Amino acid sequence: MSARRNTLFGAAIMSLLVAITGAAQESHVDGMVGDAKSGKEQYQRYCMYCHGKFGDGRGESAAYLDPKPRDFTKAVFKCRSTPTGTLPTDQDLYDTISRGIHASGMPSWKPLTKQQRVDLVAYIKTFSVRFKEEQPGTPIQIPPEPASTRESVKRGAETFDNLNCWSCHGREGRGNGPNAITLTDSKGYPITPFDLTSGTSFKCGSSDQTLFRDLTNGLDGTPMPSFTDAMKPDQIWDVVHYIQTLRVDGHKLTAQKKDTTKTP
Amino acid sequence: LRDAVKKLVQFESDARVDVSKRTLAAVIRVSALVVMLLVALTATKPAAAVPAFARKYGLPCSACHEAWPKLSTFGQNFRDNGYQLGNDRDSPVYQQPAYFPIAFRVVPNWHRESNGARAVDSVPGDSKSGLVEREVNTAGFTFGGIDVISAGTLYKNISFMVQPFLFDGGNSFTQAFVRFDNLVHSPWVNVKFGLFELDTLISEERILTEDNTGGQYYNYHFRPPGDNNVFHGIGDHPLGVELMGHSDNSYTRYSVALVSSGSGSGTPSSESVDVYANFNQGFEIGKLGTQRVGVYGYLGQSPTYFQTTSGSSISGTGTGLRSFYRAGAYGLWYFKKFDLSTFYEHGHDDVFIGNSVPANQPSKLPAGATGPSWNGGFVEAHYTYKPQLILIGKYELIRMAQQANPSIPHNLGNLNEWTIGYRWYPFMSTRAGLAWIQEYSRVNNIAAAPLSGTNDLKSSYVMGFDFDF
Repeated sequence: MSARRNTLFGAAIMSLLVAITGAAQESHVDGMVGDAKSGKEQYQRYCMYCHGKFGDGRGESAAYLDPKPRDFTKAVFKCRSTPTGTLPTDQDLYDTISRGIHASGMPSWKPLTKQQRVDLVAYIKTFSVRFKEEQPGTPIQIPPEPASTRESVKRGAETFDNLNCWSCHGREGRGNGPNAITLTDSKGYPITPFDLTSGTSFKCGSSDQTLFRDLTNGLDGTPMPSFTDAMKPDQIWDVVHYIQTLRVDGHKLTAQKKDTTKTP
Repeated sequence: LRDAVKKLVQFESDARVDVSKRTLAAVIRVSALVVMLLVALTATKPAAAVPAFARKYGLPCSACHEAWPKLSTFGQNFRDNGYQLGNDRDSPVYQQPAYFPIAFRVVPNWHRESNGARAVDSVPGDSKSGLVEREVNTAGFTFGGIDVISAGTLYKNISFMVQPFLFDGGNSFTQAFVRFDNLVHSPWVNVKFGLFELDTLISEERILTEDNTGGQYYNYHFRPPGDNNVFHGIGDHPLGVELMGHSDNSYTRYSVALVSSGSGSGTPSSESVDVYANFNQGFEIGKLGTQRVGVYGYLGQSPTYFQTTSGSSISGTGTGLRSFYRAGAYGLWYFKKFDLSTFYEHGHDDVFIGNSVPANQPSKLPAGATGPSWNGGFVEAHYTYKPQLILIGKYELIRMAQQANPSIPHNLGNLNEWTIGYRWYPFMSTRAGLAWIQEYSRVNNIAAAPLSGTNDLKSSYVMGFDFDF
């Protein structure tokens, strides 16, 4: 009974916060201004059944999904251009909605109009007061990518080994490292390290630039940390080149060079 | 039903030799009415809305449907991708073993039908009392049948759909195909093989109306009076192969299909192959939504006679092929919650098809005979107040431009139809769907009254539940 009362109380508080903050929340992407009120309609049509009415990741489908839907009330997001621990930019959220999260229940919502997606960003930001109180982090600058060569890949493999990436992702990158079974996300749910050899994309995109960004910033809310202090940019590029060779779609040394971190 | 139509048309063809022009016109009117009735019966099958997909992905109906069964842009993209979201969760290996991709759709309802000019015996039960025209009304509870929809992926990038329709007294297959998706790693190359609905953005499979007179697009099934084309319209579900491609968001789409002559899952009427092509483009206008425009064309050949044994046609031996075409354009226009679907078609049949005369007996063509042609179209308006409530209005017309021969009244075949209604979905979930529906429609078949040749007015009212699990 107490738990139920707490849940109801939490929901009431959340509703109040959404009501207070929702009306004024906006988003800005490529010159378009998102409106939270319009975004709410889109959210209730497309997103609510996984992410929950209050954005807490407790939609009716959440129980059946692995990994679990994002809890927007925490304002902790995997795919960001900003440093770990900081809020994502509106563009980051827009890109995630547009691209989807590979190997999860989150599909690409690119068939929605750009305006609808920008509106969704505005509404998602209403679920956490952090978006009212804090500014997004400053997006990292991605340095020019050096050529992907055999030497670069070899160095990347050595770094992958030296930094114990294999302890989670496995020696062959299959997500079956010795620590894999022990990992949980920030909400305590079991989480499996990404199988770097599977599929044609990584969680937040497949370009070299995206990988560089994710290695630098980490995937907040997951055990994947930021390596900005552990590696220099050249080392990160080496690891990027190595990881790209693990993919099953023949990426190898002709890794995708085009910057696809932003979606149209 | 097709055999019945063929026999009727054959009878009509044979009779033409002996009867006067006046009798001929009456026969044509009766046949037109029967054909329309048959079309109505066969065209109002429950359509595709597949909760099995919702259960598989945990998405609500409203993700793929503006109001089910009408697809949203996201749903269209999902369909174009071969019932895949592309998030590496599409292959059946990601599903629980107990999951089975099957859904049922049923529409129990109460309806009232009014037939304004039906030929009936002047003394009921006495077939010799002579025919008179009377208004005939019927009403009561009914249950159309069960649409069984099984669809999904057999493997990554190999999808399927099997859609039997079970009704009192029989069954049929609406669709049954396998589709190979994203060939050469490109969404621009997908190949479908089997029995399928021709690709059109304004899908009759997903029409929002259910009643007997308004629950179809007449333009999708129209044949002129006296015409014996085995092709009934782009609402047909032919057997064949389709090459289809689309952009990532399905804003740009094309399809080219090669299909057997005739429709349905039975033996094709001849060895000829028809071609259907469709292209459409979507574009965004600010906050209004995604607009779409498209063009389509169907070019085919229909047999005008068959090989026979003791006078009986041998199935599949259609010959004396003569050509016909359908072509037109359409648009989907969105103004936030209000949208319009517009459709235009021009049709033309060869003179032998239009007059139901075997091509090897040209002397049987009436004087002044020519290939019939016509124009038609419809406007369908929707106001999606919210995902749980949609208001519907539809107006459709067909106008004959050229009759097959001078004995046919110039306006026979013309048609006006309108429908109003709404669908209310009491709840939204990721497991099943339920809608309360109410509709009223009227169709006016010009000069089609079977005896008097005046207008034949029909109306239909329906209220009931449309549920899908």
